[in-house]
Amino acid sequence: MIERRTLLCAAAAAALAGRLSPAEAQHVHQNHAAAAAQAGGAYQPRVFTAHEYRTLRLLAGMIVPPENGQAGGVEAGAPEFIDTLASGSERLADIFTGGIAWMDSWMRADSGTAFADAPPVRRSALLDLIAYRRNAAPALNPGIAFFDWARRLVVDAWSTSPAGYEALGYQGNRGMTVFQVPEEALRYALQRSPFRER
Amino acid sequence: MFHVQRSAPVHDVVVIGSGAGGGTVADVLTRHGVKVTLLEAGGPLNPARDYKEHKVPTDYPHRGAGDKAETYFGREDFGFWGAPNGYWEMDEEPYTTAPGTDFRWFRSRIVGGRTNHYGRITLRFADYDFKPYSMDGLGSDWPITYGDVAPYYDKVDRFIGVCGTKEGLRTAPDGEFLPPPALRVHEHLVQRACRSLNIPCIPSRMAILTKAHNGRPACHYCGQCGRGCVTASNYSSSQVQIFPALKTGRLTLITHAMAREILTGPDGRVAAVSYVDKDTREVKQIRCRAVVVAASACESARLLLNSKSPRHPQGLANSSGVVGRYLTDTAGYSLRGHVPALEGMMKHDTDGYSGGHVYVPWWLLEDKKRDFPRGYHIEIGGGYGMPQVGSFHGVCRQHEGYGAPLKKAILDQYGCTVGFAGRGEMIPNGQSYCEIDPGVVDRWGIPVLRFHFHWSDHERRQVAHMHETFASIIEAMGGRVLGERRPADAGQRISRPGEIIHELGTVRMGSDPGTSALNGYSQAHDHPNLFVADAAPFVSNPDKNPTLTICALAWRTSDYIAELMRKGEI
Repeated sequence: MIERRTLLCAAAAAALAGRLSPAEAQHVHQNHAAAAAQAGGAYQPRVFTAHEYRTLRLLAGMIVPPENGQAGGVEAGAPEFIDTLASGSERLADIFTGGIAWMDSWMRADSGTAFADAPPVRRSALLDLIAYRRNAAPALNPGIAFFDWARRLVVDAWSTSPAGYEALGYQGNRGMTVFQVPEEALRYALQRSPFRER
Repeated sequence: MFHVQRSAPVHDVVVIGSGAGGGTVADVLTRHGVKVTLLEAGGPLNPARDYKEHKVPTDYPHRGAGDKAETYFGREDFGFWGAPNGYWEMDEEPYTTAPGTDFRWFRSRIVGGRTNHYGRITLRFADYDFKPYSMDGLGSDWPITYGDVAPYYDKVDRFIGVCGTKEGLRTAPDGEFLPPPALRVHEHLVQRACRSLNIPCIPSRMAILTKAHNGRPACHYCGQCGRGCVTASNYSSSQVQIFPALKTGRLTLITHAMAREILTGPDGRVAAVSYVDKDTREVKQIRCRAVVVAASACESARLLLNSKSPRHPQGLANSSGVVGRYLTDTAGYSLRGHVPALEGMMKHDTDGYSGGHVYVPWWLLEDKKRDFPRGYHIEIGGGYGMPQVGSFHGVCRQHEGYGAPLKKAILDQYGCTVGFAGRGEMIPNGQSYCEIDPGVVDRWGIPVLRFHFHWSDHERRQVAHMHETFASIIEAMGGRVLGERRPADAGQRISRPGEIIHELGTVRMGSDPGTSALNGYSQAHDHPNLFVADAAPFVSNPDKNPTLTICALAWRTSDYIAELMRKGEI
């Protein structure tokens, strides 16, 4: 993704130097903006440090990973969303800075590195612990509480993004003159219900 | 106490509050040729700017969670998306609750008030709803009958436009209906499940235009009525009554005007209203021939209680001492079920109008075996709603984990949940009322309300019955109840007092001036030119949402006021 962005930057520079037509330049500009937004590259975190933001991006990608070409939490803008909200809510900022710091100290004790620098298998090992209430224990509870927040916000960012709408198949808020559901959908549900015609 | 300024010009009628009641009065009186001055404590409304019905979360960096992440810290209901400007807590206008009491009071400070976002459910009270005491010996009878109100239900139906079907049920009197929209898939299943249980499940009655009506276009089924409707295809007092009334030239609308006190003359008649101009914090005064208080039940009670004088030491319309008493809310209970028949169904647009296209009216009127009085209706939710912040918190909590399995759970459960919400009648009780808190004033220096509230076993037993009904419908659909609920828990899971936003009864009508504040026309027993036109005059809180009856009674009161003015009695 970064390489693609670099290329687009080069193309934009070429356009400025007069080697691309205005139409091509416009096209490049749009691609550039889309790529930058998608990569989160254009976004400057307002609350989180570079380290915290990198950790947040890792978490977003683990909570909703990209799949079969579908965008995941990072591409859906979860890190930007969380940073934006944290910039308006100290309470939320504290939950995330505190939670990331807790994960770092757990990982230092476990692997001698911050969470973001640990091997992927150790990162997953921690998430496998804090992603479930059944693992409640004094030593893990701050992580479990934090992960509940991280999961909800990443899922919110993903499910409200264009990628989330596409994955969910949401088709509403369009407006129509007559409301009608597809016959096929109704038949499908009735056939699977206790009211199927025998 | 303020004194009436003798030199100011005299207005015809001052209406306080611009919601369902105030909007109806403004509309009907101006059509009678009466000049109306309407005071609204909030700001003006610009639907094109203020309604968010066609926005999606990504239109905002906070995705609808609010600039301060409010949605994540308990400010969910109607929060960012709801048609504008209302919430339970308002810093500038607080209220208090007595120790041990829980009460939530939703206010909307904008032209049109809560009608901008309300559920548009439009149900007539039944004949027996006006005579509850005669039916079971609880509460009190109204001084009026269904027959008195029916012509006004007809007028309101015709004017605002209501969709539905004639069913001939005593518990759900028919109105004059526009055709109902088609049902959604889950609603077909609910309807069949109800049929198998001998429970009626009929098209909802909604103040939504399924056909163009009275110059307003038909609904375009974007599914976001609660955010306000830019095409005015549903009822809101702002768009359907106040904006047209302004065009008559007989309505003067004053926004950011917080009524402070109603002033009377030596003859006991109302002479003027004093209000705070919120922009300048100046107290201003309007002299008038009559006042209609329609500020919402509790706000109206507060204004009357705060209008104290040596002549009226208990406040206005309150020689009986009932103002603030008999406060009720609807008893609410919700249960959701997962319905496997809907799993894997082809995705489609289920928007329709927002809210259920079917509902269950009360069906056990004649059942003498039940262990609670009165009844409830059931509202039904489901479909592929717009994914929003919070839409999948339930799945997150239930499924936990992360990664591909979590995503799969979200995709699998989307649209497979059907929700049931019961809305039941609360019996007024002596422990539920509001009064002036002597120790607290709001930003404008006006003493605030203190609430007392108590659900009784009547309501708790009723919601236990709701639980059993909802569970049996879910099971009849082949579904399973979500959450670890047992019938015994239901009584504990009754809605928080005030939360259903059907608070009413605080300035009740009656034929005995010793036990009521108003007569059957909502005219104060103590002051012939003082009227109340919101849900404060209600004597009981039937299992039918109050808005239609607010409009009908306000219309009836307006006709009565116009008649008194013609006769020169006001």
